[in-house]
Amino acid sequence: MDLRINFTSGVPIYLQLMEQIKHAVETGAVRAGEQLPTIRKVAEELAMNPNTVARAYRELEHEGVIEVRHGSGAYVLEPGRSSKATAIRRSSDALRPAIEKAIVLGLSEPELRRVFESELSRLLDDAATARRKS
Amino acid sequence: MNDLVIATQGLSKSYNGKPALRGLDLEVPRGAIYGFLGRNGAGKTTTLKLLLGMLRRDAGEIWLLNAPIRSEMDSVAARRRIAFVTEEKELYPFMNVGQMIRFTRPFFPTWRPELEKKYLDVFRLPLNLSVSKLSKGMRTQLMLLLAMARGAELLIMDEPTSGLDPVATEEVLQALADLAAGGNATIFFSSHQLTEVEQICDRVCVIDDGKTVIDGVLDDLKSQYRRVVLVFDGEPPQSVASLPGVDHLRRRGRTVSLLAHTDIDGVVDRARELAPVSVEVHAVSLKELFLDHVRGE
Repeated sequence: MDLRINFTSGVPIYLQLMEQIKHAVETGAVRAGEQLPTIRKVAEELAMNPNTVARAYRELEHEGVIEVRHGSGAYVLEPGRSSKATAIRRSSDALRPAIEKAIVLGLSEPELRRVFESELSRLLDDAATARRKS
Repeated sequence: MNDLVIATQGLSKSYNGKPALRGLDLEVPRGAIYGFLGRNGAGKTTTLKLLLGMLRRDAGEIWLLNAPIRSEMDSVAARRRIAFVTEEKELYPFMNVGQMIRFTRPFFPTWRPELEKKYLDVFRLPLNLSVSKLSKGMRTQLMLLLAMARGAELLIMDEPTSGLDPVATEEVLQALADLAAGGNATIFFSSHQLTEVEQICDRVCVIDDGKTVIDGVLDDLKSQYRRVVLVFDGEPPQSVASLPGVDHLRRRGRTVSLLAHTDIDGVVDRARELAPVSVEVHAVSLKELFLDHVRGE
């Protein structure tokens, strides 16, 4: 992977880095399952800020392009298939505002849990009914 | 509470009644490479000297490594954990490189021999060369080696790459990137070299006339700021000067260039009402931001 950053352009550096890594994945310069260079290695090679590299990796993980495994580095994911960790994080992001709203509306913790349980079982029931019909 | 390695509030200093700093607020989080920018005479050196206890402040507060600096003792305690790399390189000309390292090492119980070895290799510093015979780049690299190997938590650097050739500059920047990636070292980097600051710093502060004019995460500033260029058929209307939401404005004949950082769409909409023949929106580099803020119209 050949990374080139234009530091003096007005485009944020972490975005440039994200674009280049995505491009490398699209062209097959790095393939699914392969490891990206470590944050430290990228930072040192390009003489750029490690926090900025970390930001690019974080955003790429959020978009489901790579998976960051703690202690062992960043790996390219199958296109369109994000990891369980990413799925869990995205679900939390989606649920958080709903939970906050329920709290604002005055639900207590046991009430909130009951609402969640009943909604979940209703959805599972619907799905089961749909399966029986088909 | 945030982990701030440097914080100042309302820091002020005058020389013979002439204000050099007028209430400077700084916040440097741990792990940052922080670019401190300004023209000559903007107050950069005064700030560094105040931080390092080389000058007395007239007013304001300073915290270093999360501790308030209110006495000479506070300052000395903080400076044990801070390294200062200056333009005037404080090295003993009668020693050679190896002697200089062996002389410095015992002062610091936190000395890291692996870093000493690593940067001797990276910078290719010859151990038996006299300090007085070192090139400017090698002097900087030796100072940097001493600062990094002693395990300082905070490196305060004044123009660390001034006078270095491009290869030496890149090696210094790479060493800084490596140091920052390695853990909790924070680098406070005062410079005129905008391109280097853009390359290596994640946060920047621009001061002018003793006050902060820009402060933030560099990539966020680049995301926020836009230049809106308007071209008019004839003389630009006077009302262009009173467009709300505009930070800076520059007129060149029939072209008006606006700098804005909030509600760009709103600025563009209001600008369109003045019936320009063309409206363009551009990204803004650090250099443009700097020039607009320290020059104005």
